[in-house]
Amino acid sequence: MSTQIPKQTDESSDTDAEAEAPSKGDERRDEKRRRAAEERARRQAEEAEKAAADEETVELKVFRYDPEIEGKQEPRFDTFHVPFTKGMTVLDALMYSRDTYDSSLTFRHSCRQAVCGSDAMFVNGGQKLACKTQISDLEEPIRVEPLPHAEVRKDLVVDLEHFYDQMEAVEPYFQTNEYPDGELEEQRQTRENREKIKMSTRCIWCSACMSSCNIAAGDNEYLGPAAINKAYRFAMDEREGEDMKQKRLEIIEQEHGVWRCQTQFSCTEVCPKDIPLTEHIQELKREAVKNNLKFW
Amino acid sequence: MSQSYNRGLIEDFSRWREFQAGMWAWIFHKFTGWVLIGYLFTHIAVLSTAIPAADGATMMFQGSQTDVFTGTIVSLEGLLLVRILEVGLLAVAVFHMLNGTRLLLVDLGVGLEAQDKSFYASLILTGAITVASVPTFIAGAF
Ligand code: HEM
Ligand code: SF4
Ligand code: FES
Repeated sequence: MSTQIPKQTDESSDTDAEAEAPSKGDERRDEKRRRAAEERARRQAEEAEKAAADEETVELKVFRYDPEIEGKQEPRFDTFHVPFTKGMTVLDALMYSRDTYDSSLTFRHSCRQAVCGSDAMFVNGGQKLACKTQISDLEEPIRVEPLPHAEVRKDLVVDLEHFYDQMEAVEPYFQTNEYPDGELEEQRQTRENREKIKMSTRCIWCSACMSSCNIAAGDNEYLGPAAINKAYRFAMDEREGEDMKQKRLEIIEQEHGVWRCQTQFSCTEVCPKDIPLTEHIQELKREAVKNNLKFW
Repeated sequence: MSQSYNRGLIEDFSRWREFQAGMWAWIFHKFTGWVLIGYLFTHIAVLSTAIPAADGATMMFQGSQTDVFTGTIVSLEGLLLVRILEVGLLAVAVFHMLNGTRLLLVDLGVGLEAQDKSFYASLILTGAITVASVPTFIAGAF
């Protein structure tokens, strides 16, 4: 028997000694929940007061929606007041809001340093990585919404399945049938070639670009900037060899590939890793043309 | 390519509050392109009155018989609405030309870093040329 039992009996006899109908355990749990809720409400009120009194607070308006909870099926915005600290990012403010005011506030995040690509959101009307966006650079109130052009699952979380499908569609991994002579020989890349693909390797699969693209919004099958950039990363890698490059170009120039791009530059503007996406797409268009039109 | 993307209930929530220079350049370019096509047809319709005119067809214009070609054009040019539409046509054509040149440069990979500035420059230049053209188009319309 656990040592906890006597203590729990003690507790319940304090509060509701004579109640009969529901089991003691249920009552204890109810009581516990009630007290926790009270405690939480008290702490939230305290924090809100403190935050409101504090001069340096920021106001966040955060999109809320949850199809599974009755009170949240109608999308709405919740306001949170967050004490400002120097260097605070949108992600910090969201985490503070969640930890202090509403533990059900849902968003993805992991690395907090613009590496994992989990927390792309729509902040004040633009696709941003929350952890890379300084509060001090934004106008208040700060509107935080889920990425446009993707299905909202809950609060700031959108379904990225389609984005991942498009990334997979370009076979985002190194392939070659040209091997160096020696069994143990390395597949070396020239410095120049590395430099050429350098920026394209930086993608963190955040989907900001896909969300910003009007063409992708209107054409579900369009590969999208990130996938095309991924294709660029390998098509331009000389180590993959000529056969692979042909295969890559076939994927790139299919009906919903590079030719859908209308050079709106939205992706390039929002990419948190500063990848020149439109430039890469345009270069692939020219590659495709050069590959198909031969006058010599 | 996959079709798994299901545009959910509220995915379009923020669609039109985004602003990107290139997006508006694209929208304006589509719009102006199609307006020019539309103009092309009216243009052909008006000019083709020259065919019956060559066969001697006439119409009543300002109290006398005039050949249909001259009559049609001069009476159209007499309408204030047509004069104003002509200013609009010039604006549309100039923007389409300037932005079209910008798009050709973008296609060649030239000056991609300045794509937003070149869009704004196209707008400003279009505005300036349009304003400068107003006296010419409106002269004598009132
Ligand atoms: C100097 C003159 C012109 C230039 C430089 C020019 C350039 C361009 C360019 C670069 C495009 C975009 C192609 C693309 O999607 O990448 C375009 C589209 C188009 N242009 Fe022009 N153009 C000119 C005159 C005209 C004229 C006179 C007309 C009409 C009679 C016209 C009608 C169109 C139309 C309908 C489109 C397609 C719009 C769409 O995307 O739906 N253009 N033009
Ligand atoms: S290309 Fe840039 S914006 Fe697009 S998924 Fe990669 S890191 Fe994100
Ligand atoms: S939390 Fe990892 S990219 Fe923002």
